[in-house]
Amino acid sequence: MAALLEATDLAKTFGHLTAVNGISFTVEKGEVMGFLGPNGAGKSTTMKMLTGFLRPTRGRARIAGFDVESQAIEAKRHLGYLPEGAPLYVDMTPVEFLSFVAAARGLDRRASGQAVERAIDATHIGGVAHQSIDTLSKGFKRRVGLAQAILHDPEVLVLDEPTDGLDPNQKHEVRRLIRDMAPGKAIVISTHILEEVEALCSRAIVIDRGRVVADSAPEELRRRSRHHNCVTLTVQGGDPDAVRGALQAVDRVARVEVAGTGPVTATVWPRDGVAVVEPVLQAVHRQGWTLVELAVDPGRLDDVFRSLTTGDADLEKTGS
Amino acid sequence: MTGLGAIFRRELANYFATPLAYVFIVIFLIFSGIFTFYVGGFYERGQADLQPFFTFLPWLYLFLVPAISMRLWAEERKSGTLELLMTLPVPTVAAVLGKYLAAWVFTGLALALTFPLWITVNVLGDPDNGVILAGYIAGFFMAGAYLAIGSCLSALTRNQVIAFVLTVMLAFLFTVSGMPIVLDVFSEWAPDLVVEQVASLSFLTHFNAIVRGVIDLRDVVFFFSLIALWLVANVVVVESQKEAG
Repeated sequence: MAALLEATDLAKTFGHLTAVNGISFTVEKGEVMGFLGPNGAGKSTTMKMLTGFLRPTRGRARIAGFDVESQAIEAKRHLGYLPEGAPLYVDMTPVEFLSFVAAARGLDRRASGQAVERAIDATHIGGVAHQSIDTLSKGFKRRVGLAQAILHDPEVLVLDEPTDGLDPNQKHEVRRLIRDMAPGKAIVISTHILEEVEALCSRAIVIDRGRVVADSAPEELRRRSRHHNCVTLTVQGGDPDAVRGALQAVDRVARVEVAGTGPVTATVWPRDGVAVVEPVLQAVHRQGWTLVELAVDPGRLDDVFRSLTTGDADLEKTGS
Repeated sequence: MTGLGAIFRRELANYFATPLAYVFIVIFLIFSGIFTFYVGGFYERGQADLQPFFTFLPWLYLFLVPAISMRLWAEERKSGTLELLMTLPVPTVAAVLGKYLAAWVFTGLALALTFPLWITVNVLGDPDNGVILAGYIAGFFMAGAYLAIGSCLSALTRNQVIAFVLTVMLAFLFTVSGMPIVLDVFSEWAPDLVVEQVASLSFLTHFNAIVRGVIDLRDVVFFFSLIALWLVANVVVVESQKEAG
């Protein structure tokens, strides 16, 4: 089966400014793709092209197999979209607003009633359903925007910063909602919150200056961190220099840093990010030292993010 | 035309969800009264007709109708809801028509609310109600024409004030193009044929023709084709914004 969402060489130029410069990817059913990048990298512009709001200068996008330009109406039927900043008709109440969206989508009265009810339940906005949207808090407004996006149970969801401005509880709630819907849909969320990618996404695309600079699973991205498989351990019984010497001698260890004099805390960076925890432990045993504490760093996404988007190679792991 | 009805209903309801509708209707009725009874000399004329009202209606519309049309698209662009609207499975034509028709029906409603004038003139004398009906029809067409211009210009900007000023400007030119103020510009150098064409674009010429009580097909066609033209331009403007955001 073809991918539910397909971007092929999307590019957009505004005058002399190239906002997006050849972005391609596909999102399959069941995938939640995180769209990452610094502000101004072209995330929102790409999403506006995916959803047919902007016409690409080059390239094309398909939703559920329909071209968003030449088969716009069909494509949009299969799409739920939360635009940046979750714009809403603020003079309406959530129920009025959602009923309008349902009617504009061509749902009949009965189907509309059910869809509105379902969306209100899923986003927990029942308590404010008959209040003017103008008077709602940012968190509620964002959820009304989400309710609008999932109203017709679309196969493809494009959510531009769905948790922006929400408090931690609301974020958790929205993430759970997205995770629950994930199996039956292709979902794209843009964010610059990295923990969100780890919590939610099966795949992450990092863009910078309008180009894709990484496209892989979050764990894989993390593996590119210079801290990946870095071992931090605290031992009793050896002096700092002895500890440094013993650990430095372990095969495939790139660098060791030690601190403290009583119990010595050492940080070991492996070469090429390989796992060195076992040989390190063996070395500690051979010396007869007592192991007090041990931690293996899975790697830090924000390191990778920074190295990818600032071109600062120093932050990426050594030797690769 | 999926969505046309939904957009029409939402827009129409929206007028009454905000004070806009009430402010507009009250001001429109107050000025209608002032123009008819004081400025227009309704009593002094001693004739049982609504000529004073229909004489001033185009000028009243010139300033009030752009106040309705200015928000049609500019407001959606400014608040970002345009993105919501344009990513619904609704053709642009349906969105343009839905918004336009709601605005037209609303101004028609305001016009209909001047019925006390009609009652007054019927109480005081024995007017030709056919002529009065023709006047109302002419007024409705006039409002529709101004609205079509305004809707298109509103789509050009996210600033409602700019949309208002541009619309008043253009609507004024269309209104007076049969008058010396415009024709003099052309008559000095252009052939008579061109001058005639410019004059025939005048809203007032066609409006007055209908107000006199003769609904000529040519006048009706004039208003409808003008409205259609501006709405097509409106669709083109909205579509072209896909290029620039």
